[in-house]
Amino acid sequence: MSALAPKARRRFGTTAIVYIALLAVMIVGAVLVNTAGRNFLSPGNIRDILTGMSVLGFVAIGQTLVILCASLDLSVPYVVSLSSLLGATIMAGNPANIIPAVLVTLTVAAGIGLLIGLTVTKLRVNGFIATLGAGLIIKGYLDTQYKGTAGSMPWEFQLIGATGVGPVPVSTIIMLAAALLVALFLSKTRTGNHMFAVGGNEQVSRFSGIRTSRPTVVAHMLCSVMAAMAGLLLASRLGVGSPTVGTQGGYDLLSIAAVVLGGTLLLGGRGSIWGTIGGVAIFAVMDNVMSVIQLNPFLKDVVRGVIIVAAVAVYTGRAIESRRPRFGRDSQSSMYPSVDLQLAMDQEKERDHEPTS
Amino acid sequence: MTVNDDVQPILVATDLSKSFFGVTVLTGASLSLYPGRVHGLVGENGAGKSTLMKILAGVYERDSGTVVFNGKEVEYSHPAQAMHDGLATVFQEFNLLPDRSVAQNVYLGRELRTRGFVDNTKMAESTKQLLSELGIDFIDPKARVGSLSVAEQQIVEIVKALSLNARVISMDEPTAALAEHEVSLLYSIIEKLTARGVAILYVSHRLREVFDLCDQITVLKDGALVSSSSASALTTDELVRRMVGRSISTYFPGKVEGTERGSRRLRVQGGANAWVNDINLEVRAGEIVGVAGLQGSGRTEMVEALFGISTFDSGRIEIDGAQVRIRKPRQAVRAGIAMITEDRKAQGLALNQSVLDNVLLVIRGVFPRRTKGIRRRAPGILSSLELSSRGLGQEVQFLSGGNQQKVVLAKWLATNPRVVLLDEPTRGIDVGAKIAVYQLMRDLAKQSVAILMISSELPEVIGMSDRILVMNDGLIAAELPAGTTEETILAAATGNLDSLVGASGNQADPRLVGSSDPVAIGGETS
Repeated sequence: MSALAPKARRRFGTTAIVYIALLAVMIVGAVLVNTAGRNFLSPGNIRDILTGMSVLGFVAIGQTLVILCASLDLSVPYVVSLSSLLGATIMAGNPANIIPAVLVTLTVAAGIGLLIGLTVTKLRVNGFIATLGAGLIIKGYLDTQYKGTAGSMPWEFQLIGATGVGPVPVSTIIMLAAALLVALFLSKTRTGNHMFAVGGNEQVSRFSGIRTSRPTVVAHMLCSVMAAMAGLLLASRLGVGSPTVGTQGGYDLLSIAAVVLGGTLLLGGRGSIWGTIGGVAIFAVMDNVMSVIQLNPFLKDVVRGVIIVAAVAVYTGRAIESRRPRFGRDSQSSMYPSVDLQLAMDQEKERDHEPTS
Repeated sequence: MTVNDDVQPILVATDLSKSFFGVTVLTGASLSLYPGRVHGLVGENGAGKSTLMKILAGVYERDSGTVVFNGKEVEYSHPAQAMHDGLATVFQEFNLLPDRSVAQNVYLGRELRTRGFVDNTKMAESTKQLLSELGIDFIDPKARVGSLSVAEQQIVEIVKALSLNARVISMDEPTAALAEHEVSLLYSIIEKLTARGVAILYVSHRLREVFDLCDQITVLKDGALVSSSSASALTTDELVRRMVGRSISTYFPGKVEGTERGSRRLRVQGGANAWVNDINLEVRAGEIVGVAGLQGSGRTEMVEALFGISTFDSGRIEIDGAQVRIRKPRQAVRAGIAMITEDRKAQGLALNQSVLDNVLLVIRGVFPRRTKGIRRRAPGILSSLELSSRGLGQEVQFLSGGNQQKVVLAKWLATNPRVVLLDEPTRGIDVGAKIAVYQLMRDLAKQSVAILMISSELPEVIGMSDRILVMNDGLIAAELPAGTTEETILAAATGNLDSLVGASGNQADPRLVGSSDPVAIGGETS
């Protein structure tokens, strides 16, 4: 029915809708928080919300890339835990080790992502299964090697998780900078452009001469690196590395939820980093409001679940309506682009037939 | 255009052969393409046209034979190689990404860069330039491809070929999904391409187009070359005979003896919804009513409303004199209506299920108690339709288009319908299968079934219908008797019935910017 698809109809883009939803959530949240006798816009509260965004933000940025390529990454929580331990044990409280520790951690994560990417593209194992397996392998390693928290973060590194510029935490600034870099990568590099292509239709991409495995492999690598950043950030907040910090956060499903909430198509090929950041912000605001008004923690999950399902229902509903009604509402605006064979003259003639609505 | 013998061919294919799993699909096929000329390639489905095209495009590797392109022998193992050499193909299923912009699609895989970074503005500008060279100013290079019509998407494919400086463009059934006026748009684009010296290989089932466009026509049958001759030396009759060994007089079978126009089977009064309005029609038992109209005129929407896919908001539907309520396809099936949809792959078949499962699809869903009986009858129904398959267990995705359509027909025959709605029943199927579909319609009419057939092919509407309804802009614009001329139908379909002015099939599309009137490039803001 694409022949009948509207051409010039003005609609909000999906990302715009995400931010409209964010604004709505913030307004409702502000009202609820005020009735609880607290100030939603106080610097302290804003800092809480932004702090809540940064860890999930890192993970969700990477997850966006993977989902754009029509894959999925379930191994992120284990990569988060592993990275927190690697960072903390290598640094071992010595500020001189910060840079090598960060480099080693990110390189290990990139290696994990590379292996996952190659498994998905060369062995043709579905991303869901490949990352489930990779996650289990890392989990097994963590469970056997670490009985509890390990290592220690030097004070200088802990500052990243603890300081801020005004109400904006440094960690959030780094996360947003990463988002900006990844967004530019998507729009300004060939590999980034090809992520949309490969996720949208692999055969079309191959027939256009694209090396189809590269974008997916790069996406998995960046996703693991982003998860490692999240792990390092968590370790800087805790002061130690922890083998369960990733799983406790539930970053696998939560990041996928944030990506989908941000309007990225779970099937791949369509989406944006800024949508994802919006989705992460919606979660952060909701969590903040619910804990300030001391909502029952079980109800929290109910609210989250409802929001995710409702968001996807809204996006799908928008996608279904592809045929423009000819009669009734909306009919006067303009003709079908493909049928305007006789222009002005006939439009007048046909208007006589149209019912007055 | 006259064929000049001193022009060197740009592409010469000699003795191409290809077989899959021991089945020969192409043997000893040869053809030569000349710059600036259109070469028609015709034959039934399964005759080897697509295989030949795909060998040239680098999708398949040939078993034997040679291809000389631009003076040197080539052997492509990947379509991208052929494309980059300037041998482009516009496939029937478009190779476009609906979520990316026109410019991003045109330069997919070869994104233009400035200082190492992808430059979307530059890509949009040069896409606009390429479009205006074809005289097209109504496609925005930044528009999402998914928001374009089929015809516009096809233009994007052609522009993609042009951006590679293609010397040869092959087009596989380019008009299969186009309405009449869009076909004329394609004609003028092909004219512009040949004027630039591009050689075109044109594969089509529509013989009129082949004669309109082509200088040279090659006929394939059962994978072998039948003839390759100048178009002016051929007649339609002769061409059809070469393709199928059958002449055109048997093309549309006549009424089966004893067919009677009976009582009123289907009646719609005042049917209206968001897409169609004021639908009044009746179809009598034993009658075949054709529905003509441009694509987008509301034909499909009308039968979809009858079948409960999108319902009428007002009006009444009667079957055999009794009012029926149809809010869902299920109710329509129970009321005795069958619908052969326009897009058989997406809407008509479960592609990775077996022939038998597809035949039983409706029965199992709506009349589960009849399943056993129909399962016994299925082989009989299928053989009466002359289905050629490797048995009832074969997955339908491996059948040819014509055989797939026969499975769809068998699925609905199993329900013993009283009213049959057919939407483009012969689209993309070979002549042999077309005749089988026509014969089936006649047989059903003999059995007092009421038939409503939508078709974009006017000869088909004229050849098969007892009456012809013409739709225009969501309304039934005219009801015409059998034997109406193509010109009259077209005039009604374009809202020109009163004046019959400019009603010929090759009317220029007003959106086309004439070549004498070049557009200012980049002069418009988008």
